[in-house]
Amino acid sequence: MHEDTAPLLSIEGLHVSIGGREVLRGIDLTIHAGETHVLLGPNGSGKTTLLNTLVGLPGYDVTAGTVAFRGNNLLALGVDERARAGIGVAFQRPPAVRGVKLRQVMEVAAGGAIDPERVAAIAEEVDVVPMLERDVNLGFSGGEAKRSEMAQLLAQEPELALFDEPESGVDLDNIAVVGSAISHLLKGERASERPRAGLIITHTGHILQFVNADIGHVLFDGQLACEGNPLDLIDDIVSHGYEKCVECALCRR
Amino acid sequence: MPTIEEILLTDAQQDRLAQIRAAAESAVEKPATHGPDIDLDALGDVAAHDRVARLASLEKQMREVATDVGMDTSEEGRSGSYFQVDRTPIYEKVAAAFGDAIEIMSTAEALARYPEEMLERWWWRSVAPDKDKYTALVALKQTEGYFIRVKAGRKVEKPIQACLFISESDVSQNVHNIIVVEDGAEANVITGCTIHPKVKGGLHAGISEFYIGADAKLTFTMIHNWAEEFDVRPRTAIDIGEGGTYINNYVMLRPVRSIQAFPVARCRGDRSRAVFNSIVYGLADSHIDLGSETLLEGSGSRSEAVARTVSRDRSTVYSRGRLIGRTNECKAHLDCRGIVLSDDSVQWAIPDLASEGAPGAELSHEAAISPIAEEEVYYLMSRGVPRDEAVSMITRGFLDLEIPGLPPALRRRIDEAIAATAEEGM
Repeated sequence: MHEDTAPLLSIEGLHVSIGGREVLRGIDLTIHAGETHVLLGPNGSGKTTLLNTLVGLPGYDVTAGTVAFRGNNLLALGVDERARAGIGVAFQRPPAVRGVKLRQVMEVAAGGAIDPERVAAIAEEVDVVPMLERDVNLGFSGGEAKRSEMAQLLAQEPELALFDEPESGVDLDNIAVVGSAISHLLKGERASERPRAGLIITHTGHILQFVNADIGHVLFDGQLACEGNPLDLIDDIVSHGYEKCVECALCRR
Repeated sequence: MPTIEEILLTDAQQDRLAQIRAAAESAVEKPATHGPDIDLDALGDVAAHDRVARLASLEKQMREVATDVGMDTSEEGRSGSYFQVDRTPIYEKVAAAFGDAIEIMSTAEALARYPEEMLERWWWRSVAPDKDKYTALVALKQTEGYFIRVKAGRKVEKPIQACLFISESDVSQNVHNIIVVEDGAEANVITGCTIHPKVKGGLHAGISEFYIGADAKLTFTMIHNWAEEFDVRPRTAIDIGEGGTYINNYVMLRPVRSIQAFPVARCRGDRSRAVFNSIVYGLADSHIDLGSETLLEGSGSRSEAVARTVSRDRSTVYSRGRLIGRTNECKAHLDCRGIVLSDDSVQWAIPDLASEGAPGAELSHEAAISPIAEEEVYYLMSRGVPRDEAVSMITRGFLDLEIPGLPPALRRRIDEAIAATAEEGM
């Protein structure tokens, strides 16, 4: 649907090693503005490695391939520069930062200044009002940490948002809150809002009950093995397991 | 103001003064247990100055540095003020609304007015004049210091402020301070010790003896701003009566050549409580040796000491804490955490616990020295914060102790000072 426009993110032949061990072995992935992609795959397949490589965290050595974000070389940018360029991330297990309040992180995520009313509205939406003045992630429950990550992303409004297992370790109520916040961030409510793109790592697919995703991918053994309708892919995986899923004829391109 | 020698005293009082003097004379060469030794002979005497009618009339530079150590020179937010420049108390005032609740004067004046109480109950009763050469220096060559008394049952919410200011280089200011919070009274004292921006070196030696009565409470906040060639040797003891509470907040965020202090709180009364919170930022070549000791003597006494230290540049920081349980019904905890930010700085965390004939005493500590966690730095960077600002935010957060009982204005002042220091340090 976006063939005629330049992609927002374009990954070509990406190889990534951790401590000398190759984890990603040639990833090609293109994401256009307005698209929501889902990344499925078993434990250890390299999903988080791909996401952390895009974020720019240390320890992920790109040995081959390119990543372009809005046509520019993303790999040349530092972590903070990538965030300011428009890449946002909701971590699976974010670290506690003693003495730094959630409100402060929302402020810096928004570029240093944010209308207090907007902070209040976001906090209300993802149910973090009582956490705004708490040290970020310190003693947060699983659900609180996920909601806090969403509050930060809503403040940042990145063009490409990456979500690492937004439903892991949280109950159904929290999945609903997080899921609708992801929808809100990616799909927007106002026509004037620029379309955003998302890449969601999910293990169970539960989050897809709340997020209308466009394209699913299966990452298996460091390579993208399948592409298709996210819900169909999940059905296949649930029925046949990952190994059978990636062996299926449709994916043997 | 008459000198102590000019005050008419009884024979017994004269004897007491002679004893103090003799003890001090025996210790003039006695080095301190910790900290670099200082050549006292190289230091001159502090000068005398004219008094001022109000703090707002101080020269601008002096007002600015005083503000940096928590002083409110408008005096609006304070119930009383004491301001000493070098050897002269240039200003003492109690706000009219608190006229019958607070007394503020120099210790020399307090000796003249209340010789019996001073000599028998407070003056050199908690700190020994022969502890080391610095106590001896103050005992033999005292240059004033403040006396603050809060009357029984009076709860003074607005802070009382005291500033000890040094205006010249290479002199020693030798103050002796006494705070008495009588039974059932409550007070909040902010002391700022600082120097004129032109001052490079010198010594501040300060004896502080605080007496907290039954069910009384003193929150004492001290902010220090010194210079890279300046030495500081406070000697402090606190005596806490039954049900009394002492809260000590200490903040030092600027370079110093050396500071060594180890205040001792004696939880003498049953259910008495001592709390120490310190925020220390080691910069340049600072040698910082700070800590506290609490003696838990009263049944049900409690203590908590929390220290947060950051070291940069070539600084050396010792963070000591000692808890001594002397009764079965006591409980105390030490919490010292340090962050090391440079290859050339040194940090020591030295927690010490002792139970002396008190098998029921519960004493514990946690001490940690660590770098800034890279994981936290990258987390903030992933929100768009440049690396240096992320380190600064984390450092500020680390030093941002939740200090209960701190007046909001002072909280803001400390936050600003931490922010300024963290940013300058980058």
